Amino acid sequence: MENNIDIKTRLAAFDAEWSEAGDGLYRIPARSFRKAAEYLKEEGGFDFLRSLTGMDWGEKGLGCVYHLENTSTGANVVLATADENRDNPSLPSVHDLWKGANLNEREAYDFFGIKFIGHPDLRRLFLRDDWKGHPFRKDYDESLNPLNMENESQDDTALSYEMTKAGDYILKRHPLFEEEEYVINIGPQHPATHGVLRFRVSLEGETIKKIDPHCGYIHRGIEKLCETSTYPQTLGFTDRLDYLGAMQNRHALCMCIEKALGLQVSDRIQYIRTIMDELQRIDSHLLYISCLCQDMGALTVFFFGFRDREKVLDILEQTTGGRLIQTYNTIGGVQADIHPDFTRKVKEFIKYMRSKMDEYHEIFTGNVIAQKRLVGTGVLSREDAISFGATGGTGRASGWACDVRKRHPYGVYDKVDFKEIVCSEGDCFARYMVRVKEIEESLKIMEQLIDNIPEGEYQMKVKPIIKLPEGSWYSAVEGSRGEFGVFIESHGDKYPYRVKFRSTGLPLVACVDTISRNAKIADLIAIGGTLDYVIPDIDR
Amino acid sequence: MKRKVNIKSMEYEDFNDNEYIEGMLKELRENGTNVIVGCLDDVIEWGRSNSLWPLTFATSCCGIEFMAIGAARYDFARFGFEVARSSPRQADFIMVAGTITHKMAPVLKRLYDQMADPKYVVATGGCAISGGPFKKSYHVVDGVDKIIPVDVYIPGCPPRPEAMLYGLMQLQRKVKAQRFLGGINKGISEKEYEKLMRADTNTAEDSKAYDESGLA
Repeated sequence: MENNIDIKTRLAAFDAEWSEAGDGLYRIPARSFRKAAEYLKEEGGFDFLRSLTGMDWGEKGLGCVYHLENTSTGANVVLATADENRDNPSLPSVHDLWKGANLNEREAYDFFGIKFIGHPDLRRLFLRDDWKGHPFRKDYDESLNPLNMENESQDDTALSYEMTKAGDYILKRHPLFEEEEYVINIGPQHPATHGVLRFRVSLEGETIKKIDPHCGYIHRGIEKLCETSTYPQTLGFTDRLDYLGAMQNRHALCMCIEKALGLQVSDRIQYIRTIMDELQRIDSHLLYISCLCQDMGALTVFFFGFRDREKVLDILEQTTGGRLIQTYNTIGGVQADIHPDFTRKVKEFIKYMRSKMDEYHEIFTGNVIAQKRLVGTGVLSREDAISFGATGGTGRASGWACDVRKRHPYGVYDKVDFKEIVCSEGDCFARYMVRVKEIEESLKIMEQLIDNIPEGEYQMKVKPIIKLPEGSWYSAVEGSRGEFGVFIESHGDKYPYRVKFRSTGLPLVACVDTISRNAKIADLIAIGGTLDYVIPDIDR
Repeated sequence: MKRKVNIKSMEYEDFNDNEYIEGMLKELRENGTNVIVGCLDDVIEWGRSNSLWPLTFATSCCGIEFMAIGAARYDFARFGFEVARSSPRQADFIMVAGTITHKMAPVLKRLYDQMADPKYVVATGGCAISGGPFKKSYHVVDGVDKIIPVDVYIPGCPPRPEAMLYGLMQLQRKVKAQRFLGGINKGISEKEYEKLMRADTNTAEDSKAYDESGLA
C-alpha cells in the first residue's frame, strides 16, 4: 500500500484526518472537500465513485461518505465530510467530477436534506415532491406523512442552490422541459420498464431528446428499517432488494458483517456460497434474456428462458427451501448443508445448459430483427460507464473490466479459472452478448468447484447476540447486474447505525438519458431491456 | 338452482374452505332466483370464470413468480387466465404482486378505477396483504385492502406458483357464484357499488382519504 502513504500526505494538505476504525477513512472538512475531490479525480486518477452514502452523525452534523476507486491501479480511498449545521446543511456537489454522483446526491438530499451546492437538479429522487421532512434523519417524525391518496402533481422545474460569500443560499429554478416540447410519459405501469420505473421522454418526431427518470414507486425504506433491526434481522431484507440476485446480495451483507467481526468462515462455506452465487447469476441472466426477447416481441425465447430457469430454481429449492427468495446465507455460514443430490443435480444441469445455449443463439442472437434493433443502438462509452459507475454486464460491454470477482476477489473466485467477458462496442448487442457468454463462464466456474467441495462446517460458531465494534465497513460482491456493495457503520450496538446498499441499478438508470439521446423511441425498449435494471434494487 | 360451485380445474372437495363459498351462495340465493335470469346467469358466469384475464401489474418479487405461472411449467392459460393484458381497460382482474408504497398507492387506485366492471383484485404475497416484512416502514401501505377492495388473498413471500394457481381458482369460484344479471351488473350507481364492495373491507379509518374521482 505504498500508494496509500502518498495519498495520506497529499490529503493532509486539505486538512484530512485519518480515522482508523473499521476500514478506515479520511475525514475532510466541508470547506476543503471540493478541492480534495478535484485533486483525487484529476491527479489521483480516482475515476470511479463506487458509493455515495448520506449520513446523520447527530451532533457532528449531516454528511456523506464517498468510496472512490482508481480503475487503472485498483487503489481505493474512502472520504467522509460533514456539515455541522443541522437546520440547513450544505455540501459542495461533485456531480461534475463523477456523473454517478448526480442521482446519489439527489438521494442524499431526499433522505437527509443535505443541499448540494452547485447541483443542477436537486429534486427529490424517491419520495413525493410534497413529502414533509427527510426520513433518514434520526429526528424524523413519522406522523408527518400519512398515506396521501391525492395524485401527485408534477413540477417541471429543477432546483439548484448556490451560495453567496456571506453564507446565504440562492435558490434557482430551471425548467426541465420547454413549453413547446412534446413530452410523453412511460410508466410506472408499463410492461417494458421491468417494474415500476417511470420515464418522462421529450420527443421530436420519433427521436428522443431528453429523458427524465422518476424513481421511488417501490421505495420501501429498507436501509431505515435496518437501523431498527438486529444484524441477523437485516439479512432478510437483502433478498428482497434485487430478487434476481438474492444469494449474492445476502452474501455481500454477510461478508461485511463477518469482516467487521473478524470472522473467518470455513472453506466449505466459501465453496457453497460461490456455487450458489453462480447458480443465481445463471438464473438472473436467463431471466434477462427472456425479458429482453419478450419486450422485443420474441415470445418463444421467453418460454425457453423460463424452462431452463426452472431447472436452476429446482436445484436451489432442494437445498434452501426457497424458489425465488432463498434466505440461505447467514452470518458465519449458510442456513443448511447442501442436499445430498446437490452435486449430481448441478453436474446434470451444467451438461444440460451447455446443450441448450445453441438454441438461444439459433433463435435470437443471429435473428435479423434482433441484429437490426440491437447492433449500434444505445452506445455507452467506456468513460461514461466508469463515470456513471455502470458496473456489471453493462460496464463490461463498454470495455471496462469491472468484475468485482477479479478486482476484489472474494469467496473462492481467486482459486478458479474463468474469463472476464469484456466487449468494446458498448451497444445493446454487446450488452446482450456479455450476458450470454457469462452464463458459459458461470458453468465453467461451477464445474471446477462442484467436485471439490471440502468437508467442514457449514455454520461457524457465532454469538447469539451480534454486536459489531465501532467503525465502518464496505464490502462488495459481483451481483447479477453489477457491483453490489454494503456499507455498514456501527456505533457498537446490536443494531447498525447506518446501512447503505450500493444499488446495482441506480447507475444504469442514471445513464439512460445519456445513451438514449437521439435514439428512436422504440429503441428505448431495447436499451432498457439490455441495461437490465431491477427496480426494487434501485429504490430500496 | 346451483347449490355447489364447480370449476373444471379442481374438484370441489379438494378446496380447503368450502364453507366460505357455501355461505356466499346462501346469501346470494336468499330471495330465490328467477328461472330465466338464473339460467342466463349460469351461462354467463361459466364463460366469465373460464376466461379471466389478468392485468400485467407487478411491483416486485411476486411479479417474477407471476411471470413464472405464465410460462411453460405452470402455465395458467390451462385454466382460462389466457393472456395478461397490459391495458387496464382490457383486464378482468388485477393481481397486486408486490409491495405498494405511498408513492405507488394513488397510481394503483387509478389503475383500478380504469378497469371495466366487473373487476376483481387478488392481493398476492405478504406485502400486498399486510405490508409484509416492510410493515414498519414509513413509505409502505400496510395492505392494499386499505385502498382497493380485495377478493382473494394469496399469502407467501413470495407465494409458490401452486399457491397462486390455487388463489386464482378461488377467484374463479367466486366469479362463478356471482350473479351477473341479477347482481353485480345490476346497473346500480358507481358510488353505491363501491360502497357495497367496500363493506367487507377494513377501510373505515381511511375512508375520508379516498379519492372518489380517481382522475388527476
